[in-house]
Amino acid sequence: MSEIAFLLNGTPVRIVGVAPTRTLLDWLRENRHLTGTKEGCNEGDCGACTVMVTDAEGARALNACILMLPQIHGKAVRTVEGIAGPDGTLHPVQQAMVTHHGSQCGFCTPGFVVSMAVGHLNGRHDHDDVLAGNLCRCTGYAPIIRAAEAAEAAPVPDWMRADQKALASFALAEISSGDRGQTAPGAFRPSNSDELADWYLQNPDATLIAGATDVGLWVTKQLRDLAPVAFLNGVSDLQQIERRGDAIAIGAGVTVETLRAAMVGSHPSFAELLRRYASVQVRNAATIGGNIANGSPIGDGPPALIALGAVLHLRRGDEMRAIPLEDFFLDYRKQDRRAGEFVAAVTIPASAPDLRCYKLSKRFDQDISAVCGCFNVTVTEGKVSAARIAFGGMAGIPKRAAAVEAALVGRAWNATTIAAALPAFAQDFTPMSDMRASAAYRLEAATNLLTRYFHDLTGAPVTVLEVEA
Amino acid sequence: MSVTKPLSHDAAELHVTGQARYIDDIPTPGGTLHLAFGLSSVAHGEITAIDLSAVRAAPGVVAVYAAGDFDPMPDCSPSAEDEPLLAVGRVHYVGQPVFLVVAETHLAARKAARLGKVSYRELPALLTVDDALAANSRFEDGPVIWARGDASAAITGAAHTIEGSFEVGGQEHFYLEGQIALALPQEGGDMVVHSSTQHPSEIQHKVAHALHLPMNAVRVEVRRMGGGFGGKESQGNALAISCALAARATGKPCKMRYDRDDDMVITGKRHDLRIGYRAGIDTEGRVLGVEFLHLMRCGWSQDLSLPVADRAMLHADNAYWLPNIRIESHRLKTNTTSGTAYRGFGGPQGVIGIERVMDHAAHVLRLDPLAVRKVNFYAEASDASGGDISTKATVQTTPYHMPVEDFCLHGLVARLEGSAEYQRRRGAVATWNASNDVLKRGLALTPVKFGISFTLTWLNQAGALVHVYQDGSIHMNHGGTEMGQGLFRKVAQVAAAAFGIEVEAVKITATDTGKVPNTSATAASSGSDLNGMAVKAACDTIRLRMAEVLAERHQATVAEVFFENGRVFVGGADYSFAEVAAITYQARVSLSATGFYRTPKITWDRVKGEGRPFYYFAYGAAVTEVVIDTLTGENRILRTDILHDAGASLNPALDRGQVEGGYVQGAGWLTTEELVWDAKGRLTTHAPSTYKIPACSDRPRVFNVDLWDGENREETIYRSKAVGEPPFMLGISAFYALSDAVAACGDGSVYPALDAPATAERVLAAVKRVRHV
Repeated sequence: MSEIAFLLNGTPVRIVGVAPTRTLLDWLRENRHLTGTKEGCNEGDCGACTVMVTDAEGARALNACILMLPQIHGKAVRTVEGIAGPDGTLHPVQQAMVTHHGSQCGFCTPGFVVSMAVGHLNGRHDHDDVLAGNLCRCTGYAPIIRAAEAAEAAPVPDWMRADQKALASFALAEISSGDRGQTAPGAFRPSNSDELADWYLQNPDATLIAGATDVGLWVTKQLRDLAPVAFLNGVSDLQQIERRGDAIAIGAGVTVETLRAAMVGSHPSFAELLRRYASVQVRNAATIGGNIANGSPIGDGPPALIALGAVLHLRRGDEMRAIPLEDFFLDYRKQDRRAGEFVAAVTIPASAPDLRCYKLSKRFDQDISAVCGCFNVTVTEGKVSAARIAFGGMAGIPKRAAAVEAALVGRAWNATTIAAALPAFAQDFTPMSDMRASAAYRLEAATNLLTRYFHDLTGAPVTVLEVEA
Repeated sequence: MSVTKPLSHDAAELHVTGQARYIDDIPTPGGTLHLAFGLSSVAHGEITAIDLSAVRAAPGVVAVYAAGDFDPMPDCSPSAEDEPLLAVGRVHYVGQPVFLVVAETHLAARKAARLGKVSYRELPALLTVDDALAANSRFEDGPVIWARGDASAAITGAAHTIEGSFEVGGQEHFYLEGQIALALPQEGGDMVVHSSTQHPSEIQHKVAHALHLPMNAVRVEVRRMGGGFGGKESQGNALAISCALAARATGKPCKMRYDRDDDMVITGKRHDLRIGYRAGIDTEGRVLGVEFLHLMRCGWSQDLSLPVADRAMLHADNAYWLPNIRIESHRLKTNTTSGTAYRGFGGPQGVIGIERVMDHAAHVLRLDPLAVRKVNFYAEASDASGGDISTKATVQTTPYHMPVEDFCLHGLVARLEGSAEYQRRRGAVATWNASNDVLKRGLALTPVKFGISFTLTWLNQAGALVHVYQDGSIHMNHGGTEMGQGLFRKVAQVAAAAFGIEVEAVKITATDTGKVPNTSATAASSGSDLNGMAVKAACDTIRLRMAEVLAERHQATVAEVFFENGRVFVGGADYSFAEVAAITYQARVSLSATGFYRTPKITWDRVKGEGRPFYYFAYGAAVTEVVIDTLTGENRILRTDILHDAGASLNPALDRGQVEGGYVQGAGWLTTEELVWDAKGRLTTHAPSTYKIPACSDRPRVFNVDLWDGENREETIYRSKAVGEPPFMLGISAFYALSDAVAACGDGSVYPALDAPATAERVLAAVKRVRHV
């Protein structure tokens, strides 16, 4: 079987013989001439290509420009052309966008409309977050937010709920012999981690594609030809979050958005950090396993996980091993991962009340960290009994601040200790300068984050995001 | 009447349903080819060898062109003919097109373009204004200097002197639709070009020149752009010319669209500059004398840099009476991407300089900056009657000797000060800052006075073509282009008002050089002023003909024929508009007319820096409140209140959209939008992953926007005012609110001296400065 089957605006579609890295956006525009979905940046940063993708988990917004066709196998895709009713009736968010003057040049508008319609379907009223992944250069966003608010009360149109029902019968009828195996030439789509482990052992040079939020750019920007590839989004046993005693085990295939939602109760500061991890569209695709395995020094997951004392679970064939997450990152883009080995899960403590995560970036939403600092200090009877402090953006790898930790542990938790510990940052880190920040700023701001952390634990508001007019 | 109604954008329903067609959405004939450029990897160098064999051998490649393939090499420049389509002998910036690939698909063209092997002998690259000054590398022979009075003497004699210098960054347009063109070869060698351009006549002219054809052989069509902001005034030329050349050579339709990263690397941006200033002030903050130095980085080609730099000088006064002023402007030639038009066209760079002087003066005098701004305002001279008031004693003149006859900022600012509760919040900010060590607030009110007209006087003209069909439907065309600003809707409202009908009866059609010739760019905020008047002239001509037919029929005069509410009344009779159209047709009277308009009153001597370059001024003011984090420099806009002068607004909803959007774009320029070049002259912020325009949550959470209710004292279309660019400069209030917050961190002895954009890093540096750290 080498076909991809899915629902497009309610109609079953089968594609045969397509290159596995063909993006949904290019296919929609070039093959189907569904040109409402726009290419703004071709890297998942502007949201002009936003589409709604529905599966058993529900409906979510995704960037079609970095979504490869095999990733939507067995799902339902709704483009802007499918947001209005079959008879042309405007969706409430479309009508509100007209009424409230939410479009000017109109090029970003289809992406906004789809994001808004998905938010509307899912009952979301946090419009700034729902729309953080959609850039508009004309309106200044104010009329778009007015439109989103105006549409809140309108009932969800029937056609917006149709995909999930249709999918149930479509899946039985159209997707024979399960949705495993080859969906496109040169592409493998395992449905469980055993299949993945076997195949990857045989194909250790293959590229594993989970959410494609980074690999997508290898294709759209670096113009690389990737083969062989495996698409992991069918590997359901890697997509679980489980409580195991005092720990939480997070499967590598859990999306960042699912993780964010799961962390709100137990690790609210981590959840808040993840809220600022890219955008809804990217979080809906990106996985925590990908964020770790990628080895980027500026990923936002690892610093928080390291501060939490996370354990990484790796699998090669039938062989499993577990290591402290910080030991996985050896050097710039070099990880302790053997050929054929993949990230299976990461476990964290179920509770860490004093964990605080701070992200410094040029823009609050949908930006990559210049500095990401995560602090987890345990104070027992007035003294620091344990400290785990980790940073992204400060070295070639996500890295613990060992000297700072040493300057804190065993000492009284007070301003004197903090002041005495600040110089240790320069021992731990010699960051670099790039387009996001200078080395000097990185070091200074990272150092100051310890001061912020000290204030934060007193319960005081510590960031500009907590201030209202 | 349809004018003044807050109607939605003409294409709003098409936008929200995905049906609005942009150039990449136009169905293309089979066999359409796709183009991509191979780009220079060095900032300055001689090309020693070009090996394109791998490019030619790449899958899907149909043709490849480089320097030797065109003689002469077509030029893309809108001004000085200094922009060869492909580099000849030498490259002048990283990203300059060196060769052109024609392939069967967009992806194939992009892939092949990476395979070129170009060897360079690298030459010293001038990347900064300091590099260029040291090498005396500039456009024009030397700096342009305009002066009035004796600034130096006035500064010397003043009670206080302030002096400083600051950097103001450039800005990427980040139109959501990248540059694109599609050329369709026609019989006999003619060419039809679809281009995402603000300037179809320029595309027509450049394509005709490249093809060695008269302009009548090239027709350019533009239905809409997905954003322009000045970035599509000249920067689309290269794509349109390339497509036309390739279409001629291959006989196939050819399309070219820049990938976003290519777009950001290749195309021009807002000019960055360093502004030096020295001012003498009295004890109340009056600026008795001021000197400005503008060091503007213009990039490798002249493009529109001279008029941009001129406009920066023309706005060095902003809203203030400056009796003694000297402005020295250097237009520096560097090995970077060319500076080009960007909303405000130099105006923002001029305004931010004098606002710096106000802010700095207030700091030195320990006064509220608003008080200092007010004492420097031009005298009130507002007179809506439009009569000659230039002889009034109160009328003051700009540094370029233009009387400021319509100054309305005293009343406008007073009203905004009240509605925004400026004074109460000034106190609340002080209270907050006294009790918070880490998070500090800041508040600022800045005004804008922006001159409306092209400074190149002949551009202030427009044409229109209007047809009334015998069923009463109307087909309207004019020289302006639609880039989201709502021009087409506004002009349709003008047409509907002329005929007394509903705006739905007016069909808005694509801008087309075959319908209206010799158009000016849709730029300088002039779109509705110029094209609205031209359309009105055409409609008035047709209406008069219709009235004459009816008057004759009813033995009435044309003055007794009224067009209202879709009906036409004459004598005791009334007709539907459609009936009158049919009657006029049957009377064998033309129902088609052209209209033409040229802006009155303007004169300008650019060399002397004297005259009346502007028909009138548009005004506005904004109050912004911000908060900064003194540990990290992070900052955020909390609230913004705006009162803006759009004259008698043609469409308050669209005008409000321009104000809100302009403000956020202006604030983005001065906060998060940072262009970074590395030591080799490579732009490292060439994608939205690294170049951060405001996102949804960056807009002011409290955002009160209102329109001033005055009307234009000049006889513009229904006494409205241009609104595209002026609100952009309201974003400057965010910058000076940040300065205010930083100032609150120190003891008042050190001025914050913020550079722009005020990123977290720059804010933190300024905090340290005022704290003597």
